[in-house]
Amino acid sequence: MAEHTVKAFDEDIDKLRGLIAEMGGRAESALEDAMIALVREDKKLAAQVVAGDQRIDELESEVEKLAIQTIALRAPMANDLREVIAALKIVGVVERIGDYAKNIAKRVPLVAVNKRTLEPVSLLPSMAQIAGEMVHDALNAFSARDADLALAVVNRDTVVDDFYNSIFRTLVTFMVENPKTITECAHLLFIAKNIERIGDHATNVAEMVYYAATGQYLPDRERGDTTEIS
Amino acid sequence: MLTPEQEALKPNNPKMTARDVNVFYGQKQAIKQVSIDVDMDNVTAFIGPSGCGKSTFLRTMNRMNDTVASARVEGEITLDGDNIYSPSMDVVQLRARVGMVFQKPNPFPKSIYENIAYGPRIHGLASAKADMDVIVEKSLRRAGLWDEVKDRLHDSGTALSGGQQQRLCIGRAIAVEPEVILMDEPCSALDPIATAKIEELIHELRGRYAIVIVTHNMQQAARVSQRTAFFHLGTLVEYGVTSDIFTNPRQERTKDYITGRYG
Repeated sequence: MAEHTVKAFDEDIDKLRGLIAEMGGRAESALEDAMIALVREDKKLAAQVVAGDQRIDELESEVEKLAIQTIALRAPMANDLREVIAALKIVGVVERIGDYAKNIAKRVPLVAVNKRTLEPVSLLPSMAQIAGEMVHDALNAFSARDADLALAVVNRDTVVDDFYNSIFRTLVTFMVENPKTITECAHLLFIAKNIERIGDHATNVAEMVYYAATGQYLPDRERGDTTEIS
Repeated sequence: MLTPEQEALKPNNPKMTARDVNVFYGQKQAIKQVSIDVDMDNVTAFIGPSGCGKSTFLRTMNRMNDTVASARVEGEITLDGDNIYSPSMDVVQLRARVGMVFQKPNPFPKSIYENIAYGPRIHGLASAKADMDVIVEKSLRRAGLWDEVKDRLHDSGTALSGGQQQRLCIGRAIAVEPEVILMDEPCSALDPIATAKIEELIHELRGRYAIVIVTHNMQQAARVSQRTAFFHLGTLVEYGVTSDIFTNPRQERTKDYITGRYG
């Protein structure tokens, strides 16, 4: 895309994208690390994830300030305007993704990996990997203004939902069979739900990216929440 | 010919229409095949870089280019369905129906009262002083100037501030009961407060007159208009609903211009 006549405008936009990329990268590794901590019962790593969330929150305020400043000083129009507004909305969502990862990390000390929890625990990292890739691709789509990549993220959300449904049923079965596992299984269920929400949020980001890139909203049939509620 | 997008925007009852208009200054073609409809319900803004033809096109709409010896207009421009370039069109009458406000406020070096009364008098709209008083007050009220000048109607129009002078010129255009008001960068010589007053006035006049405004200030086009036409190199690149043009323009050239990437 051609540069703005006012070069400082491009610098502001580049800075905005850089901050969002950094924030997304941090949210992504927070999820990854939380899952490693869970599987390895690594409480130290879990504590690092919890502490690291503060930086994600700081980045959110930095992006907000810069976006507001850009709107006030540069009066962005058309695709520039859509991009700045998308940036504002995306950081709110990425901040939530960071919170979910932090919440998973907080539960790590409460879940011991033993023969009772082995099966569901083994499914969670695969689920988290897909949700993490969705976050990664959604933010890459934002950097590259790539509507097709954004669309691919939206279409992948059902995979995460299917994982969640499967884990949900497994955990309920465990709890029915052996009520002593209820506490641990409840934590694992929350972890699964957190990952499922991260997938939903990545989908939201992808929808915003699609709008910013094309000026069109995704048709409703492309959206959808396939999580079962019972 | 209208593009499909323009067909969709076509008002049911267009006040003025242009079809395949070409304008030449000598050998140079300033306007190329422009077709557009303007109506009473929407303020139409013409935007585009300097030299794109937006002012030239505006001036064809009340035959102001007739005064330029080398200018030649082809195509058809209608007012209520009548071709304004037909030989039977009375140009003086046309310019009363299609008024114009210019970039620089240009009141006559006469009193405020006389600035307004001049047009109605030569067009024979009022003979008795009482009738003229009514026209002057009504026009100044509509121009949002009455309260500021009602106690000094016989002071010179040129003694007013720039913003007041411009509103006086709008009042002068209104006084002859026009149907269309053309504004050629009416705020470019005014400060932000005076500009805001003119913009508010445009908002109030909308619906009563068909209004077309040429502006360099894109924010102004976004604020005052409901339809925006983007001109570039003498062609009408895109004509659409203002909010669409500024959030999601269809044409690459429009996008580059409004996002500040032009050139």
